[in-house]
Amino acid sequence: MNLRPDPTFHASPKLAMQAPVENYAFTVMLSPDGAQSDGIAVIDVNPSSKTYGEIVHQVIVPYKGDEFHHFGWNACSSSLSPLSGHAFLERRYLIVPGIRSSRIYIIDVKEPLKAKIHKIIEPEEVFEKTGYSRPHTIHCGPEGIYVSTLGGGGEDGTDGPPGIFIMDCESFEIIGRYEMDRGKQDKHYDFWWNLPQDYMVSSEWGLPPQFEGGIVPEDLLSNKYGHSIHFWDLRARKNIQTMDFGENYQMALEIRPAHDPTKSYGFCGVVVDTSNLQGAIFTWWRDDDGTWQSKKTITIDPRPEEAENLPELLKGFGAVPPLVTDIDLSLDDRFLYVACWGLGEMHQYDVTDPMNPKLVGKVELGGIARGTKHPNGQDFAYGPQMVEISRDGKRVYWTNSLYSSWDDQFYPQDSGGQMVMANVGEDGGLTLDEGFFINFPEGYRSHQIRLEGGDCSTDSFCYPSA
Amino acid sequence: MDVSNLSEAALWGAVLLSGIYHGVNPGMGWPLAVSAALMERRGLALLQAFGLLAGGHFLAMLAILLPFSLMIFLVQWELQIRVAAGVTVIAMGLYLLINRRHPRILARVHPARLALWSFLAAMAHGAGLMLVPIFLGLCAIDPGDTGHLAAQSLMSGNLSTALWVALLHTGAMTLAGGAVALGVYLWLGLKFLSRSWFNLDLVWALSLVLVGAFGITSALGDT
Repeated sequence: MNLRPDPTFHASPKLAMQAPVENYAFTVMLSPDGAQSDGIAVIDVNPSSKTYGEIVHQVIVPYKGDEFHHFGWNACSSSLSPLSGHAFLERRYLIVPGIRSSRIYIIDVKEPLKAKIHKIIEPEEVFEKTGYSRPHTIHCGPEGIYVSTLGGGGEDGTDGPPGIFIMDCESFEIIGRYEMDRGKQDKHYDFWWNLPQDYMVSSEWGLPPQFEGGIVPEDLLSNKYGHSIHFWDLRARKNIQTMDFGENYQMALEIRPAHDPTKSYGFCGVVVDTSNLQGAIFTWWRDDDGTWQSKKTITIDPRPEEAENLPELLKGFGAVPPLVTDIDLSLDDRFLYVACWGLGEMHQYDVTDPMNPKLVGKVELGGIARGTKHPNGQDFAYGPQMVEISRDGKRVYWTNSLYSSWDDQFYPQDSGGQMVMANVGEDGGLTLDEGFFINFPEGYRSHQIRLEGGDCSTDSFCYPSA
Repeated sequence: MDVSNLSEAALWGAVLLSGIYHGVNPGMGWPLAVSAALMERRGLALLQAFGLLAGGHFLAMLAILLPFSLMIFLVQWELQIRVAAGVTVIAMGLYLLINRRHPRILARVHPARLALWSFLAAMAHGAGLMLVPIFLGLCAIDPGDTGHLAAQSLMSGNLSTALWVALLHTGAMTLAGGAVALGVYLWLGLKFLSRSWFNLDLVWALSLVLVGAFGITSALGDT
């Protein structure tokens, strides 16, 4: 407990943008075959440092086979909420779930170079107290730390629907399930919210048998992955509206609400439209009578390709689907970054008018049957995937792995974890930084990135920028 | 001016001061008024929000003071009641000292229900209890020679004292908190919010212990 609010808590997105920039990044180190233990890499991102662009510390966990994926902070700017202010928490711990093991690690990063494990929550505790499994997205909110899960109970996680559970933000005790009325929600992936407006939005990937052993082509072609998002009354814990994008919009994954809490809109990325292999972004918003609406505002076309150049999975299609696997919105709600993991492209859209996004920047790197090299001459494995934007919006970091078993299906020849960074131009435009290219240690892949002091997919703000 | 007038003035002063103290404490809600004005992009929302916060706070004060004002007409038990009240206030302070966790119930309140939020926040933090020893002190002074007054008039006297204490306290709380909220909204900016937000948990808990101890000593001193 501090006497003053943590200096990394900001009342508004604008104040967060003006705050000192990040010196460290924390990135998932993932052993895809479970041969080594997973970990968190601490990366020096201070350009004036001698070890800039290097992994300067690793927290390697004692177990194997956890499969780290997404993770988050114990506390963020939401602690300044006027309603449930917890202003004296420290932004100090990373909550890192294993989506295969259901084990959760609490890692103390107060001193980034000496980061260490603070607590381990065993899978049995998660199962017993929540009936859920495979914890995934972490957000700190009004009642503590909210954790979304990908699986329900039972061995294969299909005994009951997955959902969200709540953890105490000080003791890290699991409190229990979040939902009081889940409505039609029967799959889960991401979630985020607008705290003052009191709504939450959640999304769907698929049930564990649909992803743990690899993507199931029959399920995809018969549109059995998730294609709906759910709107919730956050504090009443009720699903108030389920919005089906249409069954061909397979895998509605990342939810990115506008950061400014006066706005009632946001975005959701859809991995693949099975009717034409396009990638898609939907803009969702609340209309005047309180009903949620959505419209497809970005489509990204597949690229035709000779079957001989394609992995087994795609040979029949003669094309490379864009595979929109991650999106991220800058804190000023101006630029939306869209990772096209299949094409090997990172797109930057100006979404000042959220109904009419304009493509203003693009970087090609890696990609199926293309393998564009980094400007520094090095090969980039797979394609641009998990993306994170610095709070000031000037630097965009990303890594290259999607999910262990899926990487091998889409990129059977590739290996290696990498993290790169691109600089953002004053009015858009995206340029890879030649001096920032991290090769992960042998046998490790990389996934989500968190930036010291918060970033564009962690902090929730309770006061508008104006 | 005799001693009892002086101590009466001091007690009313304490009512005012406690109001100011509660008002400037962010935990009692002024950041909500700032948030309301910014979210709705109009300054008037700040005043409306503070009106609701004040209403909730006033009710929380009454909810605590009224039962005591009804009890105190049991004149023969006055000393015991005042001591018990002091012990209760100290106990609340000690509880808050030991249990430093925030009441989770507040996180379940809808952001638009400001009066309810304010009521619950005041109850959960023992804001009303802080006034009890002061209020009982005032009741003890007011009636003068209590032995000859009818219980009914004594009770109505105490009721009106409770009302005045709650009103004056809430008025001071509203002016102080409203001034901070308005200052942040108009001039100081949101940055002031995180800069000025001190952890008062400890001070608050100690205040309760202090006020409770005052209640007990003054009760014993009056007899």
